[in-house]
Amino acid sequence: MERKRLTFREWLRGGDPGIWLTAGTVSFSLIMVFGLLFLIMVEGMGHFWPKSLVRFQMLDATVSDRFSLGEIVDRETVTADQVRSAGIEVAEGQELVDRTLLKTGNRDVDGFDFYWFLDDHIQSRDFPLEVFTAEREEWGNFYGTALGIEQGGKAITMLENGLWTQINIRLDRKRTIKKRIKQIEKKEMGGVNYRLERLRLRLRKLEMASVPLSDNRYSEIKLERNELDTLYASLSGELSALYKKIDRDVLVAETINGNLLRLPFSTLVNVFQPNKMSLLDKVSHYFMKMAEFILDEPREANTEGGVFPAIFGTVMMVLLMSVIVTPFGVIAAIYLHEYAYQGKVTRIIRIAVNNLAGVPSIVYGVFGLGFFVYIVGGSIDKLLFPALLPAPTFGTPGLLWSSLTLALLTVPVVIVATEEGLSRIPKNIREGSLALGATKAETLWRTVLPMATPAMITGLILAVARAAGEVAPLMMVGVVKLAPSLPLDGNFPYLHLDQKFMHLGFHIYDVGFQSPNVEAARPLVYATSMLLIVIIVALNLTAIVVRNRLREKYDGIDT
Amino acid sequence: MNVESEIRQEEPKIAVDVSSIRSDSTDDSGKTGESPISIEVNDLSLFYGEAQALNQINLRVPQKKVTAFIGPSGCGKSTLLRCFNRMNDLINTVRITGKINLLGEDIFDPSVNVALLRRRVGMVFQKPNPFPKSIYDNVAYGLRIQGSFSKTVLDEAVEKALKASALWEEVKDRLNESALGLSGGQQQRLVIARAIAIEPEVLLLDEPASALDPISTLKIEELIFELKKDYTIVIVTHNMQQAARVSDYTAFMYLGDLIEFGDTKNLFTTPEKKQTEDYITGRYG
Repeated sequence: MERKRLTFREWLRGGDPGIWLTAGTVSFSLIMVFGLLFLIMVEGMGHFWPKSLVRFQMLDATVSDRFSLGEIVDRETVTADQVRSAGIEVAEGQELVDRTLLKTGNRDVDGFDFYWFLDDHIQSRDFPLEVFTAEREEWGNFYGTALGIEQGGKAITMLENGLWTQINIRLDRKRTIKKRIKQIEKKEMGGVNYRLERLRLRLRKLEMASVPLSDNRYSEIKLERNELDTLYASLSGELSALYKKIDRDVLVAETINGNLLRLPFSTLVNVFQPNKMSLLDKVSHYFMKMAEFILDEPREANTEGGVFPAIFGTVMMVLLMSVIVTPFGVIAAIYLHEYAYQGKVTRIIRIAVNNLAGVPSIVYGVFGLGFFVYIVGGSIDKLLFPALLPAPTFGTPGLLWSSLTLALLTVPVVIVATEEGLSRIPKNIREGSLALGATKAETLWRTVLPMATPAMITGLILAVARAAGEVAPLMMVGVVKLAPSLPLDGNFPYLHLDQKFMHLGFHIYDVGFQSPNVEAARPLVYATSMLLIVIIVALNLTAIVVRNRLREKYDGIDT
Repeated sequence: MNVESEIRQEEPKIAVDVSSIRSDSTDDSGKTGESPISIEVNDLSLFYGEAQALNQINLRVPQKKVTAFIGPSGCGKSTLLRCFNRMNDLINTVRITGKINLLGEDIFDPSVNVALLRRRVGMVFQKPNPFPKSIYDNVAYGLRIQGSFSKTVLDEAVEKALKASALWEEVKDRLNESALGLSGGQQQRLVIARAIAIEPEVLLLDEPASALDPISTLKIEELIFELKKDYTIVIVTHNMQQAARVSDYTAFMYLGDLIEFGDTKNLFTTPEKKQTEDYITGRYG
């Protein structure tokens, strides 16, 4: 059979261009999404891998800065002019130069911890085995060689290879003490402080009610306060003893250029020799670092350590928002769809609800601050916490107001989804129930609402997806860079809705843009982004699994 | 259009079917007045907005008999049926004049509790509409709404209803499975079981077999025959053979008017009105 060549017009009318266009659009979207995930994953996950320490020997340099030791972070090729304009000499006639970014650490020694090196200036590079990386609680990483250990100011003698065993023993000791210190500071002293604060409030209330001083409630408070003071004194005694103990050991080390440094163990978080590590060591180190990232608190203006408070804050806020938005949206949708007279007013309400979903989120933030925080929160303070004034309790940004603001932001989504679900329920099912003598309310409760639950959960999924990624309004109504404590703890009422909290989205912004050390923070931005995506996906997946279970139940219904 | 062709095809068989009408219906000597009246319709007119759907209907539905409403599409037979349990209340634009007395009680009286009325007048729809619940929960639905019955009472009622609707043998081992897993015919019998579980006085069947295959249809018809011992049954059907087979009395409606009402055998063999004759002989549909 002879195949006829299609003319352009025929090809156009056959619909092929349409197919190519639509398929191309889908592929483009997919490539974008997977590209984004891939980039974030590579950059974020790579951060935890222990990097080898490279030693550069520079060509023409003085003795004091002949060597440089650090982790290779980046390489690039730039034009010679760019380098020359920065005041660095490049040979005549050369147009392009390669350069390497090295994380050299030791900010306390050099003042910077990232340096660019022109490859032409490097004489040689090698990976000395004995060097180590020390993650510290301040000043960033230290890179150098370990010389010895001082205990209580005196150097201890040990065999050459015993040094690292000793370092690890003393590091463990430090960690144990640190853990106890943290427990005392956060939990025990925090608890005592909390109870003292409540005592102070009780006292203040008595004073405000002008109860005469002879009242025996005063003496009760005094008695209790004395008790707490004693407890507090004993705790702070233990604490200062622990602080003395933790300062006992010092690691003596030397930078690659021979500067001697005394690193107290109390400031060391982690010490390891990356160039000596086997693959297995590196893998276990990798997972340890990842666990630290997820479970620890941030250090050094959020550029080091973990993001646990931010994860906790995000999840907490989203859950609280879901608890608020679901009943609210569902009930509103039921009224709109089932009971309200379907006329002009309901049409206007529907349009308004849909438009509400399109209002920029920062506007919600402003509204939340003005209405929830200042008006509602301020009134609550006046009514319920007068003893605390002028210090605000609810009259300041906090978890509750953030959740409420986001609930307001997402309620249209839930209303629309629920209404859609209600209108999809076949008329004959409703009639079947009514014909059996059920009232409208009974029909709703027993038949219509259970069947509409998948739609409600769809609404919730959309709401969660939107709320978890929202940052702008939160900056106004409750998110902070660093929250001293989690909004959930062991002190009554356990969930502190008035507290400020940390949020992964804001954490990304803070680490990426507000950080004093941008280079050091960059991998954390990726890692945090990835975590945020993982958490949103996890929240959504949970809801989707629940919804699909419910859908199965109603599968096969004749609509 | 569908209905029309359906009726045309059946035309030749009608004579045979009429002769096979069960003898028990003839015991009433063809006069509705002799058996007690269940539903009494007086001068009933119904409007959807401006459009009139029922025009001055007067009708006496006898107790514990099967009464069939036949007529072409849009003649108002379903609308009339849905008046008996006030299902038309769900439509905002409906306006009704006239009276319906159900066992001597005016159902349009403002003091009537519609939910209670619907417990007394059960209804089965054209398409099976089981709830997405278990078989057991479907049948127990009406009873649970009425209040809290003990497990044993519910069990008994469910079994009784399922037996009465000839479904018990097929589902007794899977009462807790979803009702949506049943076949169309089984679903329709389940819906009938659901309706009779609350022991209504009247059972309204709105084209109960039109969505079913012939064998399921036969089962439903047998069931109707059984059920009329205990219930007053009103059935709407497109299928004249079916009306002839299952009903004791037949009402023929056309464009909102009740044209003729009488003993099924008489109506099909010696219709009084020309319109009725034209319809049952398939001259129009």
